[in-house]
Amino acid sequence: MNILVCISSVPDTTSKINFTENNTKFDANGIQFVINPYDEFGLTKAMMLKESTGGKVTIITVGDTTVEAVMRKALAIGADQAVRVNMNATDSFSTATEISNYITQNSFDLIIAGRESTDYNGGAVGGMIAEMTDLPFVNACIGLEVEGESAKLIREIDGGKEMISSSLPMVIGGQKGLVQESELRIPNMRGIMQSRTKPLQVIEPSSNTKNTSSVNFENPEAKGSCRMVDASNVSELVDLLHNEAKII
Amino acid sequence: MSVLVYTESWNGIFRKSSFETVSYASETAKVLGTDVIAVSLEDVSDDELNKLGNYGATKVISVPNINKGDSQSAAKVFLDLASDSSVIICSNTYTSKMIAPRLSVKMRAALLTNVISVSEGSDIQIKRKSFSTKAIETAKSNTEKTILCIAPNSFGLIETGGSCTIEKIDFSESGSLSFDGQETASGKISISEAEIVVSGGRGLKGPENWGMIEELADVLGAATACSKPVSDIGWRPHSEHVGQTGITVTSDLYIAIGISGAIQHLAGVNSSKVMVVINTDPEAPFFKAADYGIVGDAFEVVPHLIEEIKKLKN
Repeated sequence: MNILVCISSVPDTTSKINFTENNTKFDANGIQFVINPYDEFGLTKAMMLKESTGGKVTIITVGDTTVEAVMRKALAIGADQAVRVNMNATDSFSTATEISNYITQNSFDLIIAGRESTDYNGGAVGGMIAEMTDLPFVNACIGLEVEGESAKLIREIDGGKEMISSSLPMVIGGQKGLVQESELRIPNMRGIMQSRTKPLQVIEPSSNTKNTSSVNFENPEAKGSCRMVDASNVSELVDLLHNEAKII
Repeated sequence: MSVLVYTESWNGIFRKSSFETVSYASETAKVLGTDVIAVSLEDVSDDELNKLGNYGATKVISVPNINKGDSQSAAKVFLDLASDSSVIICSNTYTSKMIAPRLSVKMRAALLTNVISVSEGSDIQIKRKSFSTKAIETAKSNTEKTILCIAPNSFGLIETGGSCTIEKIDFSESGSLSFDGQETASGKISISEAEIVVSGGRGLKGPENWGMIEELADVLGAATACSKPVSDIGWRPHSEHVGQTGITVTSDLYIAIGISGAIQHLAGVNSSKVMVVINTDPEAPFFKAADYGIVGDAFEVVPHLIEEIKKLKN
């Protein structure tokens, strides 16, 4: 199988998020970047599919040179080759346009994106790619089995799950469940050594038409201080929730 | 011109988030000086469709024979119906986020998701949750047409007492996916829509101790949730995992029991209006983010809490 995994480079989940330039830009100073957690499940799934059916795993990332560290990590985990589109990914449409162009010029049996990225949380790139390439799309995918030219999938729906069959090629928006947390692969020493010589191709963007723009950012309001209630006086808590917060 | 709103249904029933999107659409329509047309997919009874009038829809277009997961067909239907609309609204659900991206490409419309505020003018500019709710972004549309996905529980319901007409459309095409059935946890309250969420962490020591979490949720009419480590060890299903890489909680009341409050967890729950934390460790970071706290053993505090709430409810 020829599989494309779309990878976002995002701030480590423990990061405190700050902004600079009058709150218009994310402040990357001191931030450790990681593979978007949703994409990690897709990458491991791609590795497993490759091992059972043969083929190749390509990763694609839209971003400037700073995303290459995360791309090398994906190569160290086991992807065969990497492609970077040399453009800042700040808008779903332009990001999806570039990835779709690459898909159209090459041929893939399966395209795996994350359900969303943990930075801008657009959750739209996978669906847009599917539309641009005229392929079936299953979002919030928590189960995938490939049998020849077709796939059996499970998608999360609010309060349950739905079983789906599809022909390949197709696009999925992946998350935990695609593989389990305990199955996630981490780079080993051999992988890290090999990743340095694996191909990382840089291509220039075709258009960079942005449908949306960011105006500015703010941090959510900080909470006031916490009102402590004694463990032996639980009725006081219920009273506060009922009469002060008026919530129960 | 009308604002078009997709009202998602679950087995023929609308949920709070469906009505919330109509309320949001009505407020947007006021700004634009127009009316609201709701679109419903799958089989929904006229009685249920009529409820949308009470939140400001003047007309409901029902397309009964499309599976809502068939985003290829759904996007085609919306493309036809939205030819005169500059704003299309849906809820920020997994299903809507299969349909909306396709529609945005077809219509050359900007797509803004996770939206929490109404645009003040006809040039669409809204606030949205970003960086897994660690930040709020103000973003704008650069195109004539815009699709907005509204974060559940972020806007609220506005009843208008109005009524709507119903039009049925037959759509016989279907996309390439085939649907082999659903499994739904019946009777359970969905976490993303719940007004109250009761959540347990590793402090509960094992899955066998979740009875009291469920009982507390029961007396409060709340949804149950859990922290990431708990779902990773398999004590609770992944569908209950709330936090940065799980479900985002925007409830009125979030009760965290035996959860220390790591930054990843807080990111997913801190848009709740009131947070209560019960933890044995007075140094747990969660107390810094909470509104009310009890330092104590969950196995002693929670049964008392259940008793006290039962007293209140009676």
